[in-house]
Amino acid sequence: MRRFHPFSLIQTHSGIIRPMLSPAEIETRLERVLLSVQKPGRYVGGEYNITIKDWDKTPTRVAFIFPDIYDIGVSNVGLKILYDQVNQRPDALAERACLPWVDMEEKMRQHDIPLYSLETKHPLAAFDIIGFSLPYETLYTNVLNAIDLAGIPIRSSQRSAAHPLVIAGGHACFNPEPMHAFIDAFVIGEGEEVIHEIVGVVGKFKGLQVGKLKPSNLPALQRVNVLKELAQIPGVYVPRFHETTYHADGTVAKIETTIPEAPKTITKRICARLPSPPTNFIVPNIDIVHNRVTVEVMRGCTRGCRFCHAGMITRPVRERSVEEIVAAAKQAIAATGFEELALLSLSSSDYTHILSLVQAVSEKFKGQHLTISLPSLRIETVSVDLMEALKERRSSGFTLAPEAATERMRRIINKFIPDEQILATAREIYTRGWTTIKLYFMIGHPSETLEDVQAIAELCKRILAEGRKALGGKARLHAGVGTFVPKPHTPFQWVACDTVEQIEAKQQLLRRELRRGNLKLSWTDPKDTLLEAWLSRGDRRMAEVIYQAWKNGARFDAWGDQRRYEIWMGAFATAGLDPAFYTHRPRHADEVFPWDHISSAVRKKYLFEDFQQSLEGQVRLDCREQCYACGILPTFNAMRKANPGDAWKCPEVKSNKQVAVSS
Amino acid sequence: MIRLRVTFSKDGALRYTGHLDLHQVWERTIRRAGLPLAYSQGFHPTPKIQLAAALPLGFIGQAEIMDMWLDLDEIETASIAPQLQSAAPPGLTVLSVEQVDERSPALQTQVESAEYEVTLLDPPPADLASHLSAIMEAASLPRERRGKAYDLRPLIEVLTLTSTHLLNSREGQGERVFMRLAAREGATGRPEEVLSILNIPIESARIERIRLLFRQDALE
Repeated sequence: MRRFHPFSLIQTHSGIIRPMLSPAEIETRLERVLLSVQKPGRYVGGEYNITIKDWDKTPTRVAFIFPDIYDIGVSNVGLKILYDQVNQRPDALAERACLPWVDMEEKMRQHDIPLYSLETKHPLAAFDIIGFSLPYETLYTNVLNAIDLAGIPIRSSQRSAAHPLVIAGGHACFNPEPMHAFIDAFVIGEGEEVIHEIVGVVGKFKGLQVGKLKPSNLPALQRVNVLKELAQIPGVYVPRFHETTYHADGTVAKIETTIPEAPKTITKRICARLPSPPTNFIVPNIDIVHNRVTVEVMRGCTRGCRFCHAGMITRPVRERSVEEIVAAAKQAIAATGFEELALLSLSSSDYTHILSLVQAVSEKFKGQHLTISLPSLRIETVSVDLMEALKERRSSGFTLAPEAATERMRRIINKFIPDEQILATAREIYTRGWTTIKLYFMIGHPSETLEDVQAIAELCKRILAEGRKALGGKARLHAGVGTFVPKPHTPFQWVACDTVEQIEAKQQLLRRELRRGNLKLSWTDPKDTLLEAWLSRGDRRMAEVIYQAWKNGARFDAWGDQRRYEIWMGAFATAGLDPAFYTHRPRHADEVFPWDHISSAVRKKYLFEDFQQSLEGQVRLDCREQCYACGILPTFNAMRKANPGDAWKCPEVKSNKQVAVSS
Repeated sequence: MIRLRVTFSKDGALRYTGHLDLHQVWERTIRRAGLPLAYSQGFHPTPKIQLAAALPLGFIGQAEIMDMWLDLDEIETASIAPQLQSAAPPGLTVLSVEQVDERSPALQTQVESAEYEVTLLDPPPADLASHLSAIMEAASLPRERRGKAYDLRPLIEVLTLTSTHLLNSREGQGERVFMRLAAREGATGRPEEVLSILNIPIESARIERIRLLFRQDALE
């Protein structure tokens, strides 16, 4: 049926070499194990709207993996965009895979079932490119596990021309160093355009291989040549062509390139105009986390909250038109039959045409039993109007994110909302009949004291008191208090993360104050915070820690019930590294960061200035009112010039001619 | 409002979609087909769909039955099947659609029994036929399921090896067992319970529900 190269052998980490299984063989083995695992529907594909292309007639084959279980991965919008981009090419196909849950992993290892694609059940090792989405750091051990389950050597350096190219992209890749040993090439920034360039390079080398070259020419095709060519694509980072050296104190001395072809700095890719949003979302046959159509309203954020990684790395703001959003939503609902529509952005209230968008959407979908969600609304009464317009049936909860509760803290993090405005918004929400307000706060902001934490408790009580006035005993408040983790490429990349003792003291205070009656409190386990902190600002040496942790059984670190702290501590010990070096150490002003060769186009100098301003309690307002010269415009000057108008929220760049005339 | 009865098969990847999830699959299929699915009244309106009998996870359904209510006064039933089929996920095949009396009783209350065909994926015990007869000859088969004791024997109506002329539907497979089991509310025989008596683990069987049998007057 399907052709398989007789010499396709795969080697597992236990050293066993065996022939690659065919899709039919994988399916036969699957049938024997699926009824003994939870939710077998995770492992079979067959959803509405998937794309299945002719394997034998399509030269370049890409597998996209979300490194968590299907329930979370199948609705990932980023991968859906890339899946469509690749499948639209006549010369390439894209399929999907996710990680098996622990019960299925055990069965797969027992029955020698390699990780396979959901669409055609081809083993991942049979693909040319394996692309991981890495939106957050706690997925790292799962990536290693996926590579291993696919029968591919874990370390990039051990792979040969016979193995797929392993690439990764997503927000976490803005500090790729902890994963540098396992990923052949990282995509920095937006993937829509660069994926085509990567597929093109791989396709070209593959063409050479199946075409006129004989085995004696094989050295020319060696993996390193593919990687060299990839390294020259803007936005692609091939870690093997960079080298990091360290000072005696463990900080980075310098990062250098090892070949002339590799750029010293890898600047992120962006799309000048957001491409048409995907509409034919894959409709799962089982219940998953987000059963919905998602339409991205805009990309980027102009608010400049200093803790916010996404807000810094996704600049500039680029908006879609109301017409495009509504048309896409309509088409997507018709194409999927989903019950929910999510209008996605980092800050919905800041979308220029938010009022007309909400009006258009609510008119278009009236009476269709559709839930419409509009996340990340600003804390102001107009947000209540927006939500009211979208809800046919009022949901019970309304979410706001003040992040901090004292004026001092709010100035430091650059999210300044006066208490009065928060209370007025809360009053409006309860008065209009929502019974629960969910508030997001963070503890552990730089220079935070117990008084600042106490203020979170006081603010919650005052808000709930507003609820009582409006609704009596029915009013509820749920405070979700996360812990701040300093992230690379943000103004807070220089600060120390709280210690476990500090975090516990703050959480204890909140538990004492906020666990009563109609107040509900949830918080992050300090161990989860530490894990995220190590991985976020780790250097290349962290790769060994990740490897050891995975080897000793760490996986699903994002799942509270699976994360095993003692394995990580053991891994640090084995690697001879001190976890506190990564978490609790304030960085020197002039420190070279492990990620300094990766550029988000927001300059380090700008971030440092912003950090200094933070210490002085100075806020920087919405940058669409006033440009603070973060570095985006000089980097993407030509792109902005070619795309004038108000879709971008950065100031327009005049053409050279006009500048000459006006001066 | 009109009520339509859809006969369909469920196979392929959809084998691993459970009963509740199948409801959702149908809901979305009907919406994609552009049919005005009716909703219940009340605070939390739910779509009006009824499945005749839950098909356990992993089973193939050859002729399952669903009723759906549409907010329409009249309809050309002939166009419905292709409309649904084009909006259905792989593995869901619409076999027929007919209009039924809106007030006829709930489907679930009308099912009497169900017929199953079990393909054995491993070589069966040598004396399978005599095992089957022994089960049929037993006066009672006391079993326990979810901590509750019950007698499986009265729930088994027919249990035989499938005659050879049926063997060509799937190539290259092993022995097949045919069962007709009670499927009344509160008295449902489960094929895997019968297999368990035969010492056949569920992983080495492919179970297909061939059809549902209704009370004599139910499907008029």
